[in-house]
Amino acid sequence: MPNVSVTINGVTTSVREGVTILDSCKTAGVEIPTLCYHPDLSLAGNCRMCLVEVEGWKTLAIACVTPVTPNMVINTHSKKVRHARRTVLKLLLAAHNVNCPECERNKNCELQELAEKHNITFNEFQTSPKPSSLEEVSPGIMRDNSRCIMCTRCVRTCEELQSVAVIKPVGRSASINISTFMDEGLDNVPCTQCGQCINRCPTGALFETSEVKQVWEAIEDTEKFVVVQTAPAIRVGIAEALGLPTDRTTGKMVAAIRGLGFDRVLDTDFTADLTIIEEGHELISRLKKVLVDGDSDTALPMTTSCSPGWIKFIEHKYPDLLPNVSTCKSPQQMFGALSKTYLANKEDVDPSKVICVSIMPCTAKKYEKDRPEMRDSGYKDVDYVLTTRELARMIKEAGIDFDNLRDEKYDKWMGDSTGAAVIFGATGGVMEAALRTAYEVVTGQEIPFEGLNVAPVRGMEGIKDAAITMPDKMASGFEFLAGVTLKVAVAHGLANAKELMDKVHAGEVDYHFIEIMACPGGCLGGGGQPIPTNPTVRKKRSDAIYEEDAVLHFRKSHANPEVQLLYAEFLKEPLGHKSHELLHTHYTKRD
Amino acid sequence: MSEKLILTAAEQPEAGAALKKSLEMTKADVVFEVRESNMRGRGGAGFPTGVKWNLAGAASGANKMVICNADEGEPGTFKDRLLLEKYASILLEGMTIGGYGIGSSQGIIYLRAEYPYLVPVLMKAREELVSRNLLGEGILGTDFNFDVEIRMGAGAYICGEETSLIESLEGKRGEPRNKPPYPVNSGYLDRPTVVNNVETFVSVPHIILNGFEWFQDLGIGNCTGTKLFSISGDVENPGVYEFQMGSTIGELLEAAGAKDVQAVQVGGASGTTIKADELDRKLSFEDLPPGGSVIVFNSSRNMMDVLENFLEFFVHESCGQCAPCREGNVRLLDTARAIRGGKIMSREELKPFFMLAEVMKLGSKCGLGQTSPNCFVDIITKFIDFPDGKGGM
Repeated sequence: MPNVSVTINGVTTSVREGVTILDSCKTAGVEIPTLCYHPDLSLAGNCRMCLVEVEGWKTLAIACVTPVTPNMVINTHSKKVRHARRTVLKLLLAAHNVNCPECERNKNCELQELAEKHNITFNEFQTSPKPSSLEEVSPGIMRDNSRCIMCTRCVRTCEELQSVAVIKPVGRSASINISTFMDEGLDNVPCTQCGQCINRCPTGALFETSEVKQVWEAIEDTEKFVVVQTAPAIRVGIAEALGLPTDRTTGKMVAAIRGLGFDRVLDTDFTADLTIIEEGHELISRLKKVLVDGDSDTALPMTTSCSPGWIKFIEHKYPDLLPNVSTCKSPQQMFGALSKTYLANKEDVDPSKVICVSIMPCTAKKYEKDRPEMRDSGYKDVDYVLTTRELARMIKEAGIDFDNLRDEKYDKWMGDSTGAAVIFGATGGVMEAALRTAYEVVTGQEIPFEGLNVAPVRGMEGIKDAAITMPDKMASGFEFLAGVTLKVAVAHGLANAKELMDKVHAGEVDYHFIEIMACPGGCLGGGGQPIPTNPTVRKKRSDAIYEEDAVLHFRKSHANPEVQLLYAEFLKEPLGHKSHELLHTHYTKRD
Repeated sequence: MSEKLILTAAEQPEAGAALKKSLEMTKADVVFEVRESNMRGRGGAGFPTGVKWNLAGAASGANKMVICNADEGEPGTFKDRLLLEKYASILLEGMTIGGYGIGSSQGIIYLRAEYPYLVPVLMKAREELVSRNLLGEGILGTDFNFDVEIRMGAGAYICGEETSLIESLEGKRGEPRNKPPYPVNSGYLDRPTVVNNVETFVSVPHIILNGFEWFQDLGIGNCTGTKLFSISGDVENPGVYEFQMGSTIGELLEAAGAKDVQAVQVGGASGTTIKADELDRKLSFEDLPPGGSVIVFNSSRNMMDVLENFLEFFVHESCGQCAPCREGNVRLLDTARAIRGGKIMSREELKPFFMLAEVMKLGSKCGLGQTSPNCFVDIITKFIDFPDGKGGM
């Protein structure tokens, strides 16, 4: 497209023809308020906040949708524009539950921010206060429609990024609202509980089902031995959730959590490494069954199983592909099962007194922990799940000065981490970690990528793939893989997962191993992570994750000393009897 | 100007005559004829039909579509119903000529949910034309194919707006789209699409047979041709009347037998409300935009009843997608009720709501929200007295 000349607020500038007024104003350093616009989503043009005046137009134009044309004269703060924006904003506020102090998103709300920027101190349209109306309660996600401004960002997220499409506008005019099929509720439709809708809600209409209260009660109960596990992506999210710049803050995070009063602060990274060992051996075992034994009942490609949103998605959409899913429980659930068996024994506490809390970047984890099959320890393996945001709320409430904390270390037995476990938090990370370990197991050599960095599976492309050819000389017992080219693929965001799995379903691809994360960017972009989310934010979190990987002493899961101890003393061998009892699971076809 | 029967004349051209003539012309000449006639769309917005056809004809994209908007939903409008009932074959012929002009072989009639009894009428007309080789494969021995299917609306006023109509045809929720892209470039299933009103298509065969100059001579200035008006309310002879463009509202009322006129609503609920002293205003896009509906109120009517009724209608029919229309209509209705209840007693208190009406006109996504405040502004300005003067700004 050629460049065209446009005049913005009297200043003539050159922009690419066809870009929107919004983008050309951004380039020119002119900010235009938006609400329904989101960089991850299609353009809706329904909030009408971004109205601008275009010379020669009868009506005002919306900047987010309207492309610039040659010699367009745009005014972004004429009297007409300011008046229109203030009116639209007042109308939205008048239809909104403006009880801000009682809202999860107080001080992190786009509507509130715009009200402040536009100095809305009086609203003539505000007639009566709108009462709270909790329309939706599901294991991971709640909705209060009194705070909804009908921007449809959640609807577009669910449909475009996740291809789940279980929420839609229902009704019309002022009685319009976002709902599920026949108002069945998220719990009764194929919602994956991924929470991506929460992350893109400009207000507090969507939020996680909180368990902060229960966790405080557990901490305060002296009878209980409360252990906490932190997922890989929390260490690059918690600072952001506390209003600090994105950074990896593992040591401070451990100190803050310990400060809250948990009995043990442990790491989901530990079971991420364990997952790699179990899942890697499962893959090798499947490959052997197919390549050597010619077993037609063994399903390939094998897919990962650590993302509970992905699990629920495949249970609904591709139930016939469930045999392809690794039987490994997610790291959260492996941790839960071990905390009430192995750890209880190590710490010499009664497992019935152990309360396992996990801090997850995820709302689907809240659903996962309630699955009936997740009780292999004899108890509910994981008792409570908090999101990154909920952890931040507890830290704030406790008055902990996060930024000035000294780094502390995780407690022992299940607190060791490797770089391989940390990168679980980014799309492609599980694949990279698995390759680092599996390659070494079958060849006896390190994976032949510089610095162990498996670059082809890194980055934010929706679907990535790689092929790795095994050398001629293999480790003893794995000769059958000599010269075999291992084909792998990675998808993040369920729309990408669907695209990839449609090909698998149709037999169009011959991958051996597939990593799928329900959320765009992987767990670092999870539904429990700080708000906002956008490509820039996710890139920063991803950079922080790979930095953490690079600086850790151990970078391969099988090198994790505590995992080695766990096998030596408790599990004995990968895929062994104890592993099957505690660490593996099965899936359920869902309508 | 005066009453003149062309579309509703007793004598109608022989079926297929205009189509036959069209097929002997080039496509470009057919579009040229319609464009030069200066006919403006009869649905209400008044976009020049020939320009629309030209754009769709020039648009790149396969499987172009010709869609007839028969979702006649503007309160007080029933002129398309008459055309569908009595002149279905001319409608189909007009659509076929449109298809030939823009290079389309597929037409759809989007029929108002309340008109299901017209389906057999339209089906019969279609079958007759097919049997006479005026519709279907190889029309009149040429290689031009065109056929029309009938789809039912589901009762939403908003689906008369062309992009909502297209959404509805695609099986989606009826909501207006952002423009651009315009339907002529990317409409039904992203295909180049022409959407025209029933009356527009019915006019086309007459233009082709009589030539654009003949059409230009009817009407006034840029508003050419004749126009159907559904006249209802306080008149002796309600019904559909055909007048030349540019006729005065007074001429219409005289024909329908209106007495003791207090107000006339021209162009439906979203149109213009005029007072008895404005009856010499002309029905044209330059003066009183001629939708299909003319509703007469005599002096026994309370205009605040009328306003409340119209606003209730818009509150009910707003699709709810964009903020100014969704929230704005509710506020205007509240305001109308507050005036009636004596809670708003001065022009000063009304000021923010007139400004709201202005923002709705400027900032709503589609014609619904852009025109629904008209009745509020007109009726309060022209009919309501406050101690500090008439309403309005």
